[in-house]
Amino acid sequence: MINIQNYVRAGSLEEAYRLNQNRQNRVLGGMLWLKTGKGNVHTAIDLCGLGLDTIEETEEQFSIGAMVPLRRIELHEGLNAYTKGAVAAAVRDIVGVQFRNLATVGGSIWGRFGFSDVLTVFLAMETEVELYQGGIMPLERFAAMNYDRDILVRLIVKKTPGEFVYRAMRNQRTDLPVIACALSRTGEEYKTVVGARPARAMVVRDQRGLLSGGLTEDCIRTFAGYVAETVPTGSNTRGSAAYRTHLIRVLTERNLLELGGMG
Amino acid sequence: MMEIRIRLNGKNVEDHIEANLLLIDFLRRHGCRSVKRGCETSNCGLCTVLMDGSPVLSCSVLAARADGHQVQTLEGLQEEAEQFVGFIADQGADQCGFCNPGFVMNTIALLRENPDPTDDEIRAYLAGNLCRCSGYDGQLRGIRNYLDSRRGSNDSIA
Repeated sequence: MINIQNYVRAGSLEEAYRLNQNRQNRVLGGMLWLKTGKGNVHTAIDLCGLGLDTIEETEEQFSIGAMVPLRRIELHEGLNAYTKGAVAAAVRDIVGVQFRNLATVGGSIWGRFGFSDVLTVFLAMETEVELYQGGIMPLERFAAMNYDRDILVRLIVKKTPGEFVYRAMRNQRTDLPVIACALSRTGEEYKTVVGARPARAMVVRDQRGLLSGGLTEDCIRTFAGYVAETVPTGSNTRGSAAYRTHLIRVLTERNLLELGGMG
Repeated sequence: MMEIRIRLNGKNVEDHIEANLLLIDFLRRHGCRSVKRGCETSNCGLCTVLMDGSPVLSCSVLAARADGHQVQTLEGLQEEAEQFVGFIADQGADQCGFCNPGFVMNTIALLRENPDPTDDEIRAYLAGNLCRCSGYDGQLRGIRNYLDSRRGSNDSIA
């Protein structure tokens, strides 16, 4: 386990940001992934006193604080009504309730982990991140960035009318996913997101217009094949690259069938 | 060293701790030996305690983060646990007993949140409690029998 030498409950984002400029310091999220690491942390910076553990809903958007635990987004009625349960589906098999009461949205998104259900599902929506220094930017851009010393403050999910579906394949419930696939349809745009490749989640749009004529079994099969060919996959102890590519095709097809009312 | 104050099982506890101290070690230091260390990967649920009423893994919380919060362990919830642990024992599902405190704590959290869960809801809520003896079916039967008996007594009262 990591060795933490000092602990500071930050009194402001400015203080947290200033402390975080020292490369020996670390911001605490849920501390679940951090705990499995090794090495020394000079000062652990805790954001738990900054009121970032709430979800605010307006007519236009959800504002999700970085310290909101995953369990809270799993149970949030507004968020799950908007996503038709996709958010709950994405997080409900992440270990157990006790884990999800600790793991934070900010920790998951900041980590941009190659196994992340959370990053995958939020990429399917019109989501922005707010960084203390970097300001507001699309999550898709943030997901591709290198790690820096900024502080993630919150997620902003726009209530763009749309439909969302989420599926993941696990070897065993509560394990990390072998592959994770989210799908959204907002207006005429289809967006599929593939996570646990095992690399950072990747967005694939229907650039060839394969679905532009409406959802039929043929075009669904074609688009699922296109996504499977487009997304690079790798191998690890949970599955081979070839298996993951196969699963992408199957889960994308099932997501589209569900979206088209054929599932 | 830093000073923290935790309301533990209804009593105020103050201590000087190192920044690195985990809540599980703080609790065991203060006599809560029901809290067990299991997997060290935040996966097994053995170390489950309630923090401000929510079940959490005490192996993954810094004691410093728990400063100012309420923490409950099985030592402080004996009466609530006694309502159903006999039903689990009747199924022989306590087996080696190692996972029981964490399992019982999470069952308490489940029943507070959802007093009449379905079998699927029980399985989902307790998915983060691993039993090395794989006594899951017996545990489920025990909880189900407890819920059925409670419903039966409610029916007879009505």
